Amino acid sequence: MGVAKYTKDEKDRITDVELQSGIHVKACYGPADLEHVGFSYEKDLAAPGQYPFTRGIHPEGFRSRAWTTRQYTGFGTPEESNERFKLMISHGQTGLNVAFDLPTQMGYDSDDPMAEGEVGRVGMAIDSLRDFEIAFKGIDLEKIGSGLTINAVASIMLAMYQAVAEKYGFDPKKISATPQNDILKEMIGRGSWIFPVEPAVNLIGDTIEYSMTTLPRTNPVSICGYHIRESGATPAQEIGYAILIANAYIDNVLKRGYDVDDFVGRFSFNLNVFGNIWEQVAKFRAARKLWARNLKEKYGVKKDSNMYLRGLFGGGGYGLTKAQPENNIMRGAYYALSAALAGAQTIALCSYDEAYTIPTPHSAIISLRTLQLLMDEIGLRDTVDPLAGSYFIETITKEMETKIEEEMAKIEKIGGIVQAVATGYVQRLVSQQAYAYEKGLQSGELKKVGLNIYTEGEPMEVELHEYTGESAEKQIAALKELRRERSDADVKRTLKELEAGTRAGKNVMPCLVECCKTYATVGEMARVFRDVFGEFQEPGLF
Amino acid sequence: MNTRPIKVLVAKPGLDGHDRGAKVVAHALKEAGMEVIYTGLHKTVDQIIRIAVQEDVDVIGLSIMSGAHIPITEKLIKRAKEEGIDDKMVVVGGVIPNRDIPKLKELGVEGVFPGGTPFSEITTFIKENVKKS
Repeated sequence: MGVAKYTKDEKDRITDVELQSGIHVKACYGPADLEHVGFSYEKDLAAPGQYPFTRGIHPEGFRSRAWTTRQYTGFGTPEESNERFKLMISHGQTGLNVAFDLPTQMGYDSDDPMAEGEVGRVGMAIDSLRDFEIAFKGIDLEKIGSGLTINAVASIMLAMYQAVAEKYGFDPKKISATPQNDILKEMIGRGSWIFPVEPAVNLIGDTIEYSMTTLPRTNPVSICGYHIRESGATPAQEIGYAILIANAYIDNVLKRGYDVDDFVGRFSFNLNVFGNIWEQVAKFRAARKLWARNLKEKYGVKKDSNMYLRGLFGGGGYGLTKAQPENNIMRGAYYALSAALAGAQTIALCSYDEAYTIPTPHSAIISLRTLQLLMDEIGLRDTVDPLAGSYFIETITKEMETKIEEEMAKIEKIGGIVQAVATGYVQRLVSQQAYAYEKGLQSGELKKVGLNIYTEGEPMEVELHEYTGESAEKQIAALKELRRERSDADVKRTLKELEAGTRAGKNVMPCLVECCKTYATVGEMARVFRDVFGEFQEPGLF
Repeated sequence: MNTRPIKVLVAKPGLDGHDRGAKVVAHALKEAGMEVIYTGLHKTVDQIIRIAVQEDVDVIGLSIMSGAHIPITEKLIKRAKEEGIDDKMVVVGGVIPNRDIPKLKELGVEGVFPGGTPFSEITTFIKENVKKS
């Protein structure tokens, strides 16, 4: 029964279901329930592709276009990642979702003492443009879009992506990168932050401002309720905090004198899929509606297409178990089903072995096949928003909307999301909830198959992705060679310009592109930011 | 009889920022009556050793999700010996494949608690095996 709380009577009959967001589910729904929650067809639903987009952002949903499949991929050296990217594309994957190793995500070069033991481990190691040249070799960057899962140094990686595209003769105006670039969520969960809140948010503003003219098909920010949920937030908090975080980035760009309609249409979202299936569907539908309403009413956005909540709904890592790992294949299928029923534009699934290590090619392809099967085999493309009009779904979608608004109001009351993250309020709240959830699993109050019920059977060892120090050694040797070959004078000059521009409060993106082109390293560019901005001081846990 | 609570350092070594597990275990140890110090993220082994010495903790708990548990733990145990604090109990949790548990024990780790280990198992193990200074 998983993440919802069930109350039963002595005959094992369910007497109450409480979803994580606090919604109580009844045994049966009818027209009176819709009336009770004040449901209006025009105001709450409308046709697909019409404001408030509860039913989806396209009039024909998956009929006009199936979802983009984007498995999270990358490890070892750029050569190894390039090979895996091509493998996934050859199996029909339609976009990339690039995983970087921790030193890259934290702005350290592969030969930095801080990088020891981590090079190429959880993603690919990138030190300079030379590595991007290898990683994206032979991939048509005007056709295949790339998610870049990086945050603190997303500006550097976006600049490098532009540089590699230009090097291979692609038009920056036609390439589509989706750097994750959501630092406030890193401070809540996932933890790959470097700089303090204010300059970190400002860097995001720089990427949005720069993309408007130079990289118009790029989605400069992907707001991740995903990791907030993984850290212990409820589905209602996941959406509420994501909208508030998006607003913080909007406000940063508005301060620079732009019209909100100039840029907000390129925002995208990354949301989680594990949990109770109905709660997930209601969450995505309510999220689309609230995002559109937030933009229209709070910011005066005029153009309909700028109000679309476009998103990757996927992952589901926290729902997976280490116990009976093959069950995770079925879990992934159901999680993907809820994303399909809710009209996701893009999807990626965690693979069944991810509770152990990063996925093998075998498990990554099982995930991809799961996604392809839903679209091409069992009928998810047949009609748009198939659950619409269900008394139950429409009632809980309305209730979810109210819960999300309540969570947003709580944060606004204590001074807004930036304040709530800087002081650690949100972090403490979600970690307490995570603790309560774990206790629920351990006491058996929350049911998890293979973990606390139906645990019979032999323990199984999964085939593990092997990490050897070899890739790291190769990467470090290549970096040393690069340092010998490149023009030190050019690197010094562009880094100096970057420092001057950063200190002067200019948009850093043009300088970063120049640095990348001279083969300045990620560590060198991040060092400039570290020197100018300092580092984030993590608030206490208790 | 010494009745002061067991003092535990919950540490996040390395660059990985996934701290749900570390924080959840910190809450559980605290609720079990222990004094808990949480290092926060991105700590080097040297920083962790320094805090362990300064705070005179009884237990060092490492939470590692990135797969780098062997090299990090090896380094910590070596540094602990050099600093003369190898009497402290070292425990490790996180994404730890079963096959690595014996390797960690060989290095000198007393308890290994992969994700999903019941809190009671961790707290009981620490209470029964800790050597308080």
